[in-house]
Amino acid sequence: MAQLGETVDGFGRPDAARGARGGERTKARWEPRLVLTYGLLTFFLLLAIGPFVIIVLAALKTGEEIGRNVFGLPEVWRWGNLADAWTQGQFARYFRSSVIVAVPVVVVSCFLSILTGYAFGRMRFPGSRLLFFLLLLGIMVPGEAVVIPLYHNLRRMDLLDTYWAMILPDIAFSVSFGTLWMRGFFSQVPPELVDAATVDGSNSWQTLWRILLPNAQPAILTMAVLFFVWTWNDFLLPLVVITDENLRTLPLGLAFFQGRFTSDLPLTAAGATIVALPTILVYAVLQRHFIRGLTSGAVK
Amino acid sequence: MRVTRARAPGLGYRPGERPWTALLYVLPGFVIYALFVLLPIGQTVRYSFFDWDGFSTPEFTGFDNYVTLFRDEVFRLALRNNLVLLVFYTLFPIALALLLTALLTRRRIRGLGFYRAGLFVPQVMSMVVVGVVWRWIYNPTFGPLNQGLRAVGLDGWARPWLGDFRFALPAVGMIGTWVGYGFAMVLFIAGVQRIDEDLYDAAKLDGAGSWQQFRAVTLPGLRNEVTIALVTTLIAALRTFDLVYVTTRGGPANRTRVVALEIYNNAFGISRVGYAAAIAVVLTLVVLVVSYAVITLRMRTAEG
Repeated sequence: MAQLGETVDGFGRPDAARGARGGERTKARWEPRLVLTYGLLTFFLLLAIGPFVIIVLAALKTGEEIGRNVFGLPEVWRWGNLADAWTQGQFARYFRSSVIVAVPVVVVSCFLSILTGYAFGRMRFPGSRLLFFLLLLGIMVPGEAVVIPLYHNLRRMDLLDTYWAMILPDIAFSVSFGTLWMRGFFSQVPPELVDAATVDGSNSWQTLWRILLPNAQPAILTMAVLFFVWTWNDFLLPLVVITDENLRTLPLGLAFFQGRFTSDLPLTAAGATIVALPTILVYAVLQRHFIRGLTSGAVK
Repeated sequence: MRVTRARAPGLGYRPGERPWTALLYVLPGFVIYALFVLLPIGQTVRYSFFDWDGFSTPEFTGFDNYVTLFRDEVFRLALRNNLVLLVFYTLFPIALALLLTALLTRRRIRGLGFYRAGLFVPQVMSMVVVGVVWRWIYNPTFGPLNQGLRAVGLDGWARPWLGDFRFALPAVGMIGTWVGYGFAMVLFIAGVQRIDEDLYDAAKLDGAGSWQQFRAVTLPGLRNEVTIALVTTLIAALRTFDLVYVTTRGGPANRTRVVALEIYNNAFGISRVGYAAAIAVVLTLVVLVVSYAVITLRMRTAEG
């Protein structure tokens, strides 16, 4: 599916491309079409973020206040709700688990994907087509196809109810996408760059880390953001391989929490806020990378 | 599949190093992948030919699980529900985004980055958070939706959305529409800005109205973007699990039961592991066939 995305790398063709022509067209500054455009965009923007805004606001109100004032700002900002969810609701524990799983998955998957992507993008070797095809299966096959034997294998390996049970399969799935992604990057590096290094006598390892990697930062960052968000939000795998409450990740913890405390809306809302906040923060900083990755067409 | 062969110059290694060096780079990643993805794919297929409760000795039963599957009322119901969700997850977001793309100006939009970032927010969120938020919005007594309906005098419309036999499935589906439309909009708006303005001018000279311009220029120009949106949302609709698990768990009375939930319930709820594996195989095949079909279809239209 890689080829679909090569053209999509975000918005905004450069001014020059549209430039003068667009200018000629503008007669009145606020023609109806422009008003309609901004009106519609604003409406759908609010619709997209509205539900999260009201849940964050709900997390800072009392249950009684949510009942009569859903959309307004809290009369008193009850930050204590977040603290309650963090301690009483065990979200501190879930947060810890999520970090323990997500950090190694992102780091190791990036490292391994750089290596595999490098090999597939810049080297020729026997069986490369077959191996690459096998790796692509991981992008196309849904997690449901894997999770049943995974559970029984992990049980035999005595790894159920450990962080490994989430970390290892998450790395495996990530490497599949990462290989495709980094291969795309490495295959587009101009050959002269590599030739110069080879002439200088670097071996492939040195070429990779000294010459290629400094140029690969945007590609790696995009990949890392996607790995982080996928791992952080993963639900099916933790649901299946984790029964110990102490090891629950945030989404799993939240799902069980809302089952038990349906009536305590402020606390549930606070929990949801805690789960969402880290991904929102990462997204806020790296949104260009995230959008480029997801619209590239290389993602299931 | 685009296969760019690495050109002979510029390969990353000296002649003496290959080809075993390359395999060394591939090995660590591939071994983990093989153990935790590739092997389980094969095992799922194998399990599907056995009657197994997960603990005692599996009994080989050939295609029995598949035969049972296609006679199973609940599975058929789940499949039907997935097809209904397809309308909500795929058709609605793409149709809506196309409609908007047609209405919006094609000129550069100021602050587009801002809108794009906001429209994409649902993509970043855990489906569990999305489920929790919408369960509250749909809550019969204190949910914002019913409160809003009552506030404008539409008391008769207020209902326990997720607990209603008729409305539970569309209510879950609308969440899918909400998750997907921003994604499609961002794709299409980006795509339409890359279409050459001269094509529109030519169409206008031929006397094409805005609808004809949309059909003759915009739609063909968005072929790639529509394909990406189709494949992504189709797969999401077919394998939807988290959202249903959190909002309804398949209820009320199986009205929102979906295939992925059937896999989970059979494998981990009632220990019909072989049967669950058979469902997983069918789901996987459907996902692969559908993605393949969409992509081939696109290539054919690209040639024509």
